[in-house]
Amino acid sequence: MKVIVPVKRVPDTAGDKVIDESSLTLDRDAGDAVLCPVNEFAIEEAVKLKESTGAEVIVLLVGPESAQTTIRKALSYGLDGAIQVTDDAIAGSDALGTARVLAAALRDEEFDLVIFGNQSTDARTSLVPAAVAELLDLPSLTYARFLAVDGDAVTVHREHEEGWDVVESTLPAIVSVVEAINEPRYPNFKGIMAAKNKPLAVKSLADLGVEPSEVGSGDAAATMYEFTPRPPKEAGTIVEDDGDGAAASDLADWMEQQKFI
Amino acid sequence: MSQILVLIDHNDDGPRKVSLQMLTAARRLAAETGDTVAAAWLGDDADDAEEALGAHGAEVLYWWDSEDADGYVTLPKVEALQTIIAEHDVSALLFASSNHTKDVAARLAIRLDGGVITDATDLVVEDGRIVATKEVFGGATITKSRVAEGKFPLFGVSPNAFPVEPVDGDLPELVDIDFDLSEAATAAVVTDVEKQASADRPDIGEAAIVVAGGRGLGNEDGFELMEELADVLGAGVGASRAATDAGWYPHRYQIGQTGRTISPMLYIGSGISGAIQHRAGMQTSQHIVAINKDPEAPIFQIADFGVVGDLYDVVPALVEELGERKG
Repeated sequence: MKVIVPVKRVPDTAGDKVIDESSLTLDRDAGDAVLCPVNEFAIEEAVKLKESTGAEVIVLLVGPESAQTTIRKALSYGLDGAIQVTDDAIAGSDALGTARVLAAALRDEEFDLVIFGNQSTDARTSLVPAAVAELLDLPSLTYARFLAVDGDAVTVHREHEEGWDVVESTLPAIVSVVEAINEPRYPNFKGIMAAKNKPLAVKSLADLGVEPSEVGSGDAAATMYEFTPRPPKEAGTIVEDDGDGAAASDLADWMEQQKFI
Repeated sequence: MSQILVLIDHNDDGPRKVSLQMLTAARRLAAETGDTVAAAWLGDDADDAEEALGAHGAEVLYWWDSEDADGYVTLPKVEALQTIIAEHDVSALLFASSNHTKDVAARLAIRLDGGVITDATDLVVEDGRIVATKEVFGGATITKSRVAEGKFPLFGVSPNAFPVEPVDGDLPELVDIDFDLSEAATAAVVTDVEKQASADRPDIGEAAIVVAGGRGLGNEDGFELMEELADVLGAGVGASRAATDAGWYPHRYQIGQTGRTISPMLYIGSGISGAIQHRAGMQTSQHIVAINKDPEAPIFQIADFGVVGDLYDVVPALVEELGERKG
């Protein structure tokens, strides 16, 4: 069984996020970049399949050469190898453009399961897993809070606002996972050392047969054309409670003033 | 005349609030573009749905009353919408920016060579085209986006971005949808549905008021107190990641960078310090109340009203106070 885990390099949520004025895209060199925290749940689920079925697990990343630190970080969890798609023409792609690149890379591989995180912590559109599934004509078993594979049968519990749907399908399939699915372990020293020597295949758009005109900012179907920082918030009212709950009545007054009651 | 199509998000009781809010958005856009407002109902019938949609501005209602809509994953809805858009002159699709519906939009956009903008907090017409406002980076930056010309535009609308506005409308013109599902559409089967949420408490994505609890609650019993406060306000209950990771409250209520993003009218956080990872999921709330023992907690920097104190003193007193004032 072969599992592919697409991962993303994202700006650290705690770091500065700067939009480049000329390209109107996120300046990815401005703050610290990290492996998307949601990917850790996908990696953990893949590692569990590796342990239970002996699955081969490959990480897939679309991004510039500098993103190789993110690939090595992902590999340090004990994965078997990596594919990186890098090409200047990809910069500025929207979610669907990114999905086209990922789908082309996946078409080049034989796999049983692709495990995404349900969203990236930067763009948070959640569009990519389903778009990739559509491009590959596969089921999109997204928002999984539970995943089980038995032969070529796959069961997921798809989380929604009111609970979850139990879904059954067959492999190959595209899955995305939510954080409820597991508790990711930390990479150990052995994994970190081994990650340095795991095979990495670097591919260009030409290698994948993707025309540069199909991706990138020039062909993005959805583009951001204007941005403004949120105006700073006025300082609020702060009251201290003396341990008798008396401040609750000040708070209730405020809520009444604001017409919440 | 072309149509702005609203994909109605609904449950057994009828359209969800966000669907009526989307009809407001569609009416405002249509007033500028001269389009008609159409709605698509996919899935099991609900009582009085037609009346409710007509009373909020739907002039045409595409109706696919089939248990297949929710019996398989995503694709039946994609194919129903594809059928509507192929047979009628639809200029744009509005959908609720919730998880499962985003999948419908993503797959449909690939089929139609469209462009998708999710999580719009406003939609207006500029130079004859619909543009979407989004709040990104945890609300720190406000952006405007549009879909390239020649691409079919799909807009995901955030809950509470628009008001619910009843109008004097007739029943919508009913158009039944008829098509055969592809084989691929039945490949992922929904074999069971597990409902966990309290039917009496609104979902945190849609609720006007959200009460959230964090590490400072100290234990899972603290959430009973959160629920008490929520119920006196008709609010939803959310949690910080510290609280869901501790197992005090289900993960699907986690607010933050790896969980849900909410923008209610009022957010009340108790025992939540307001780490950036949490703020990324609630910073766009219109009003923020914080109750925390630590006067240095970062959440006070974004609070409209903050109480420095023990939540176990303040919250029970607040529940009582609110109960009395509501009579």
